[in-house]
Amino acid sequence: MGVLEFLVVYGIPAIITVVGLATPILLAGIGELVVEKSGVLNLGVEGMMLIGAISGFAVTVMTFNPWLGVLGAAFGGAVASMLFAVLVLHLNSNQVATGLALTIFGTGLSSLLGLSFTGRIIAPFLSVFPASLAKDPVWQVFFGYSPIVYLALIMVPLTAWFLKSTRAGLILRAVGENDLSAHSIGYSVRSVRYAAIAFGGAMAGIGGAYFCMVITPMWAERMTAGRGWIAVALVVFAGWRMGRLLAGAYFFGILMALELYAKASGFSFLPSQFWAAMPYLMTVVALSFISSRGTAGANAPACLGKPFLPST
Amino acid sequence: MTKITRRTLMQGAGAVATASLLGKPAFAEDKIKVGFIFLGPIGDYGWTWAHNKGREAVDAALGDKVETVYVENVAEDASAIPVLRDLAQQGCKLIFTTSFGYMDQTIQVAGEFPDVKFEHCTGYKRADNVATYNSKFHEGRAVLGTISGKMSKSGTLGYLGSYKVPEVVLGVNAFLLAAQKQNPAATLKLVMIDSWYDPPKEAAATETLINLGCDIVTTHTDSPGPLQILEQKGLYGFGQGADMSAFAPNAHLTAIEDIWGPYYVSRAQALIDGTWASADTWDGFKEGTVMIAPYNPAVPAEVAALADAVQAGYKDGSYDIFTGPIYDQDGNLKVKEGEVMALGDLAVIDWFVKGVESAS
Amino acid sequence: MRLKLEKRPEPSVWMLVVTPVASVLLTMLIGMVVFDLIGINGFKAVVDIFLTPLLASYKWQDVAVKAAPLIIIALGLSVGNRAQVWNIGAEGQYIIGAMCAAGVGIGFGSIGGPLVVLLMIVAGMIGGAAWAAVPAALRTRFNVNEILSSLMLTYVALQVLSYLVGGPWKDPNGRNFPATAPLADSQTLPVLFPGSTVHLGVLVALILPFVFWILMTRSVFGFQIRVVGSAPHAARHGGFDAKQTIWLALLISGAMAGLAGSMEFAGVLHKIDLGFPSGYGFTAIIVSFLGRLNPIGCLIAGIVLAVTYVGGQVAQTSVHIPNSTAGIFQAMMLFFILASDILVRYRVRLVTSAPVVAGE
Repeated sequence: MGVLEFLVVYGIPAIITVVGLATPILLAGIGELVVEKSGVLNLGVEGMMLIGAISGFAVTVMTFNPWLGVLGAAFGGAVASMLFAVLVLHLNSNQVATGLALTIFGTGLSSLLGLSFTGRIIAPFLSVFPASLAKDPVWQVFFGYSPIVYLALIMVPLTAWFLKSTRAGLILRAVGENDLSAHSIGYSVRSVRYAAIAFGGAMAGIGGAYFCMVITPMWAERMTAGRGWIAVALVVFAGWRMGRLLAGAYFFGILMALELYAKASGFSFLPSQFWAAMPYLMTVVALSFISSRGTAGANAPACLGKPFLPST
Repeated sequence: MTKITRRTLMQGAGAVATASLLGKPAFAEDKIKVGFIFLGPIGDYGWTWAHNKGREAVDAALGDKVETVYVENVAEDASAIPVLRDLAQQGCKLIFTTSFGYMDQTIQVAGEFPDVKFEHCTGYKRADNVATYNSKFHEGRAVLGTISGKMSKSGTLGYLGSYKVPEVVLGVNAFLLAAQKQNPAATLKLVMIDSWYDPPKEAAATETLINLGCDIVTTHTDSPGPLQILEQKGLYGFGQGADMSAFAPNAHLTAIEDIWGPYYVSRAQALIDGTWASADTWDGFKEGTVMIAPYNPAVPAEVAALADAVQAGYKDGSYDIFTGPIYDQDGNLKVKEGEVMALGDLAVIDWFVKGVESAS
Repeated sequence: MRLKLEKRPEPSVWMLVVTPVASVLLTMLIGMVVFDLIGINGFKAVVDIFLTPLLASYKWQDVAVKAAPLIIIALGLSVGNRAQVWNIGAEGQYIIGAMCAAGVGIGFGSIGGPLVVLLMIVAGMIGGAAWAAVPAALRTRFNVNEILSSLMLTYVALQVLSYLVGGPWKDPNGRNFPATAPLADSQTLPVLFPGSTVHLGVLVALILPFVFWILMTRSVFGFQIRVVGSAPHAARHGGFDAKQTIWLALLISGAMAGLAGSMEFAGVLHKIDLGFPSGYGFTAIIVSFLGRLNPIGCLIAGIVLAVTYVGGQVAQTSVHIPNSTAGIFQAMMLFFILASDILVRYRVRLVTSAPVVAGE
């Protein structure tokens, strides 16, 4: 087998597997990054993913339209995030506890809502390109994905551009850096954070829907199986930079795929638990590097997780 | 297949609402209560679904003498203990604990309620009032292996496992040995995902097996997710525990169905008759505990005939896939020509047969 | 006319007590309505979840056993939370604590007795504290946010558990199932009442809140924690070392989580398998807030949460709601308590005319 043939036969399918593993955590990570950039730590990602997943699935079952399903997932995730937003922004509740409560709530609610959808299946939301491209052994590497994959990839530069180059993005970052001074020069800290949290919820919702609309087109309780927490780790691993978030999502995806490949082909030089722990270990290491450089070099929002307490 | 809708949920609630926890059990005194605890939701279309079908069979057969109750989604940790105690205190005289992870909890609660009989599925710890029962799933795997050996073009088969426990090892070995009878060159790639249920990981592992050249993948985990992946890729697989053809009409060649009903009915009847005794039961095709779902039209008639012959052989005792010569992964002869592995050896097996390419 | 918030000069003690109670009542009320809307008997569901565990005496031991780890972990977390040190990795410290206790138990083989059990518990506390020392070191050395680092380490702890119970510490007689061998009887925590499951840890969980209460109100350390938490700048002037406070807060909460883990292992489960981590470390964060970071409050809140756990299982058998519904109740309760926190610190006033600047 030549090198080229080897790449086509083994390389391209491997890439497609990695894309499938990376996309949901990338989507949720984009949302969480924006939320954290505004100075809010929302640990409810897993809960929002599950609510987004069941919303997307339900809408698709009812309308037979996966595009509406994606919208429904975004809407479901955003609505769930508003629970968190009201508590954190208006009632100044503790962000960590509120986020955890949102995850517990989302897990429970999605199970309850999902009861009547258990055992149903939908058509998977696959590539919309013509089969000559989407099913071609070579071209599928570009055209063989669900539209949600491209959405995630488009959102990366779009969100990066928004944060970096638009006025609104600038305000969002200012709010995350120093909410009190942003407030004193007349910006509405709460409105900015509401918008950021809603965006985070919507993206997590779409990320969750990727599981039940693309990978396995069915609903099953707790089907995100902890990927929301990997997304939280991913944002930190990326040092709150959008480019690194993309790279990090695919890196985590490769790690997950490597574990499976190693097992299937009989390599066992390290226990599989080591591979599973890697994303979290590397996040702690990356976080230490980022933090030790001090505030000057760090990209971490200074107000992350702290309540906004204006004097008036 | 029944769907859990609000309606059926209500009926279920109505049936057990009378089991008031605060007052005396409101059941007619002459009816014996039989309890079940389930690992998953009864709508999982796999393991728990099949056990619940067995419970329904008890209702159907002995409904005038027996009342059944069940609890689903019981975690395999300490929280199973109060659930079991609850069922016993509600007056259940026979309780089926339907997952391996309830073993020690069953033994513990059984010690507290010597008058209540317990039946633990797939475990190995027994007591005077605790029986164990299991199904020879591997007999079904031999049928799947026979079909796969004939239908796989690449000769490379995939197996998605959970943990290297005897049940899974038996499944792997039976599947590959049967395939090798049809295609001596058949090999098998194996991925253990360290979980019985993780749909995204099951899906990714199935993709990995396909990427590495497997064109038929059989699963020993609980979700229909892998079948949906195979459906998308135009490849073949099998249902696990129940007929899952609704999830993958083209990919689903057939399924091993777990039929617990006959056993549950016989044990409940034994309790009524006063003949219940602790035992270790390991039933298969012969007793009707293992069944094969209808074949997909994609299975050619001659392959179906071979598969039927395996089933018939198990029923009349003329076939056993664990008949020597059997070599292990490293080529050592483990079972001599003409010998048949004893049940006791099967129950603790921890080695893979020749042709399993993955380490474990 | 509109609502206006006014900051109270002193947190309202009245509200501190009333709001958690009101939160629980409101949760019950809304739960009733919501369940009725989705077609489940709401009244019965709420009664079973919140009242049956308290009224049915045979459920008390389940509540006590469930509450003990929650109370113990929450006590430690409350110390940290008061000092504005956020350890959300208690679940990981709980796991590592249990693993250390298991390591000691395995190391002593069949040797048991009070001293060995004590050693196991101490090892659990040291293990939990050591796992919490990592975020403490990273925070004080590199200024790493302890929320994120402690959370990440929880997932590492899960894999450590999975590796040990599936590999080096696997029960040699356990047929390859990933679990440690059950403890010898002489290595388990004694039971308080013969025939019950109420182990010594329950007593510890009853005593510790008062120890913490005295510690927090009567000692210099308690004063330091409170000052650092409420006024970091003043604390610095008062000569309190912020780094030392961080270390103490994390080590104490880690040790408490480890204590809870080792007692759950030695007192309830007697072995560790993959089902061992059941989220106590995360739920305890809720307990800590529900108890308003007060040791006695944690005691009560731990019991309330345990009631909803146990009651959630009761409701499963009686009205057939899924297990996770108990989670909805817990989350709802926490939402209310977090929302009402503002009433402790602020006064709500109706303003009729033009807004007046709140006087302070």
